[in-house]
Amino acid sequence: MRYLLQRILFYVFTAWAAITINFFIPRMIPGDPVKSLLARFQGQMSTDAIDSLYVLFGLDKDASIWSQYLDYWKQLFHGDLGLSFTAFPASVSQVISDALPWTVALVGITTIISFLLGTGLGVLAGWRRGSWIDGLLPTTTFLSSVPYFWLGLLAIYLLAGPDSFFPSSGGYEPGLVPAWDQYFIPSAIQHSLLPALTILISSVSGWILSMRNMMVTVAAEDYITVAHAKGLSERRVALGYAARNALLPNVSGFALSLGFIVGGTLLVEIVFSYPGLGFLLFRAVGAKDYPLMQGIFLVITISVLVANLIADIAYLMLDPRTRKEG
Amino acid sequence: MTIPTSSVEQVIPGQGAMAQPEPAKPGRARRKRFRFVANGKALTGLIVLGLYLLFAIIGPWVAPYDPDARGPALTAPPSADHWFGTTHLGQDILSQVLVGTRGVMLVGLAAGALATILSVLIGVTAGYLGGGWDDSLSALSNVFLVIPALPLIIIVTAAAPGGGDTLVALIIGFTSWAWGARVLRAQTLSLRRREYVEAARANGESTWRIIIFEILPNLTAIIASGFVGTVIFAVTSEITLAFIGIGSVSSWNWGTILFWAQSQQALAQGAWWWFVPAGLAIAFLGTALSLINFGIDEFVSPRLRSAGKTKIKTASGRTVRMRVGFTPVLSNSSAPHTHARPIPVNTAAATPVNRSKEATQ
Repeated sequence: MRYLLQRILFYVFTAWAAITINFFIPRMIPGDPVKSLLARFQGQMSTDAIDSLYVLFGLDKDASIWSQYLDYWKQLFHGDLGLSFTAFPASVSQVISDALPWTVALVGITTIISFLLGTGLGVLAGWRRGSWIDGLLPTTTFLSSVPYFWLGLLAIYLLAGPDSFFPSSGGYEPGLVPAWDQYFIPSAIQHSLLPALTILISSVSGWILSMRNMMVTVAAEDYITVAHAKGLSERRVALGYAARNALLPNVSGFALSLGFIVGGTLLVEIVFSYPGLGFLLFRAVGAKDYPLMQGIFLVITISVLVANLIADIAYLMLDPRTRKEG
Repeated sequence: MTIPTSSVEQVIPGQGAMAQPEPAKPGRARRKRFRFVANGKALTGLIVLGLYLLFAIIGPWVAPYDPDARGPALTAPPSADHWFGTTHLGQDILSQVLVGTRGVMLVGLAAGALATILSVLIGVTAGYLGGGWDDSLSALSNVFLVIPALPLIIIVTAAAPGGGDTLVALIIGFTSWAWGARVLRAQTLSLRRREYVEAARANGESTWRIIIFEILPNLTAIIASGFVGTVIFAVTSEITLAFIGIGSVSSWNWGTILFWAQSQQALAQGAWWWFVPAGLAIAFLGTALSLINFGIDEFVSPRLRSAGKTKIKTASGRTVRMRVGFTPVLSNSSAPHTHARPIPVNTAAATPVNRSKEATQ
């Protein structure tokens, strides 16, 4: 339990750091890029909305930085991330909550599949060193060096088209209304196949490699030799003794590299015009919609932190040594 | 991402507590370096990287056209005049790729160098000094590790005015040092208790002298591999930034080419020559750097080398897989596993062994 508490404390600290970074970034921009935009919408904005933007971007230079910081936190606790410039009357939290489920479904599911698949193949590659799977390694290296978005471009070019089964953009058929019914769900799945495949292909190789290397290291340990000497079946030694121990660093690696993976997958969304956070971020960057950008960064960071916490709990269940202390 | 499983122990075996602990003798170091290059993966990677560096230097001079100059052939497929085809404005794509190499390599190497310096400073300090330094510096690097780097880089670069390659390199460098720092800290922790470090401390050498002359040389492999890894990350991030249209849009790099290809609907027009060369250039650079990293990893920890041919056919036609530390056992056979035949015992001629006689001889 102590371990878990420590981790939670660490994530709270990290969240605080991310929010503080988010507070300072707009204040470091020389000049007021927001002010001109504010002027443009002045007639249509309520005074409340303007106040909230003032707090978010530190335009009220009279207030001390400390009181600005306190106001900023107060606003965050109310879930107020300001107004989006591009989706004007809508607030940032509204826009983000529309896009978030798409990203969570696409990125979450593909990342888990990729982790499981990659770890499985890695176990094989590490255990059967010198077999045909070793020949797979250069290919996976090449695939992991390709940027996610370029693979997406290639996938669209080769597989998608007017007559193809795979749609080249969007998250669902244009005419449909998002709902849990028999028209929308198949369409959404069909649209997510190609992006998911892209993410899978480019992220799986990392897991294969790290798991292979761990397996190779573990396979030389004495307890593996003992297990063989006991006459256990090859399969049992590979899965129950070697893979189980090799998995531990891979799980903690999973937690740590989530940030990298999420970054890459956001780009796949951009290429496929998938209605998730990545595409939203892309549009926000293009339109210089600062409140939206900051909101997206916060939401992504918090999601990654939560995913990390889950990975830590999984680690806790896998590794008895961490449980012993508490 | 590869989890580094390497350990420095194999590099310098048994450097005991000598009066003058030298990291390695020069002759031995030379032989080791030669062995590193002899590693096929590392050699391939170095050659490809060398080619890229060459084009980074001479690219703008050997480019057949000015990358901005418009030509009469619009969105033309590859031909003798334009090897990689042209853009919607008739610009030569080969020239754009060649001219862009310099920007990509400069930002990648600069950001990689900056991140490596930061990771060495932070990781080694945390690992060696321990205590409060360690706690705060590890917390700092863990925070940077967990915060998704790319979105952070995107919002910082979007907020910064002007853009430009230097700024992009700085931002990437300052956000991507954490992984290296973590690995270095772990390794320093195990090094600082070695006997030769204790001996240096007992001699009264200053902390900084110990770190620079006793610890750092033994971390070279890890630092190098961290540097290469960061360069890969920096190159990808930089190209990503250009691809989504922030950072250096005015100067050419491969991301800019992809940005124009994407925004001018190259895909819908079937203009594959527009985005394939730039993407392949990135992929080959990344592969070359990864290969160098594998070379370093395998150099440090020989176990990771992919074994050669491990399957062997025995005379009786069975296949046996050889593994380190194991005697192959032929399964599914009732016959004994050795070629030894039972020795026929001739009872008539049996001679008892006289042990006492043996002992006296």
